[in-house]
Amino acid sequence: MAQPLDYLQETPSQTAGPYVHIGLAPGAAGFSIFERELGWDIAGPDAPGERIRIEGLVLDGTGAPVKDVLLEVWQADAAGIYPHPEDPRHAQVAQGFRGWGRVITDFDSGAWGFDTVKPGPVPGRMGRVQAPHLNLWIVARGINVGLSTRMYFPEDEALLAADPVLSLIEQRHRVPTLVARKKAAGTYRFDIRLQGDGETVFLDV
Amino acid sequence: MTPAEYFQRDREMQPPAYHPGYKTSVPRSPRQALLSLEQSISEITGPTFGHGDLGPLDHDLIKNYAKTGDPVGERIIVHGRVLDENDRPVPETLVEVWQANAGGRYRHKKDTYLAPIDPNFGGCGRTITDENGYYYFRTIKPGAYPWRNYVNSWRPAHIHVSVFGRAFCQRLITQLYFEGDPLIAKCPIVNTIPGLADIGRLVAPLDINAAIPFDSLAYKFDIVLRGRRSTLFENRLEGN
Repeated sequence: MAQPLDYLQETPSQTAGPYVHIGLAPGAAGFSIFERELGWDIAGPDAPGERIRIEGLVLDGTGAPVKDVLLEVWQADAAGIYPHPEDPRHAQVAQGFRGWGRVITDFDSGAWGFDTVKPGPVPGRMGRVQAPHLNLWIVARGINVGLSTRMYFPEDEALLAADPVLSLIEQRHRVPTLVARKKAAGTYRFDIRLQGDGETVFLDV
Repeated sequence: MTPAEYFQRDREMQPPAYHPGYKTSVPRSPRQALLSLEQSISEITGPTFGHGDLGPLDHDLIKNYAKTGDPVGERIIVHGRVLDENDRPVPETLVEVWQANAGGRYRHKKDTYLAPIDPNFGGCGRTITDENGYYYFRTIKPGAYPWRNYVNSWRPAHIHVSVFGRAFCQRLITQLYFEGDPLIAKCPIVNTIPGLADIGRLVAPLDINAAIPFDSLAYKFDIVLRGRRSTLFENRLEGN
């Protein structure tokens, strides 16, 4: 026997279910209730940086688009600063920059998309630099614990090669699952595969 | 800078991604191992919310969609604290809830269950914890409803709860169940959680002391987010 450790345990997770939109995006569920729905404006109108749009699908293990996903994004501003008190530079974060947003997939096609500014590189551990990336969190019916992943940008070749997270991926052919495709100037495509061929690398953060 | 990390998530306690009894998890569960990450500033930061984000009735599901009167159903208060694994309160954090009405029907264009929509019930709310991590909602007790899993599968009455915490790695969505509901033990979604005692942590007890006589019953539901380590060589005020 030993003394007890007085830690609490994290609450178990449960699926967000098919009606996640009622709580987190009621407009999409088909009704108007809140004056301000949260998460529609990630960067605000005045933040400097390249304005970009990201679009994609979330695909299940059979290759079908998942049509009831809620995706959240958390990102730094164009200077690589997070609007959070623990970022040592947070006082300099871009005006009106929120860094967080949420989108749902289209009920018919499963397509999702959001507009933001491209983040800058952010500091990593031990003085390393992390390539610009979006932190993504995915919940849906059938997903028991929200899935974490990252989206990187294809043009940042040198930074991608040195990125401390991407370099942890043992099967190198899986690295591209975290890198978006550039469709046109300022527009990127990023599909997330939950399972099977080309399964996205998900993170235990 | 190397940040003070959050405790690793206990993946043995949390439900596994793949759980064949919950059929939708079969095609939606990653099969490859998750890549374990040492946390950086990307994981230990997260969005912040303020009272300016909310409206005055957002926490009151009895009133926030009332058109011609109050919604039908058993009036309840749901209250509790958001804590972390260090048993410290998580203040000023956003808590969002959504649920079916008293008949088990969601106000959602994809819900076609035959129980009627309640014209006075929206079914969603949100609030921000106070300096002690305390929150409360007023609502009506949701009804059980059938769903497509096995032919005769029914969800126990539940409220979906979404919490942010201080860091994006603490982000959590779960479901609150009600003490005494015989459907809990039969639910394939509940049973994705391996441990019976852990399932019990999602069951809100009746809290008669918090009930308001001649108005509302009350249920208490505490939520625990991942804790955080304090570094040995730094005296972090928030970490000790």
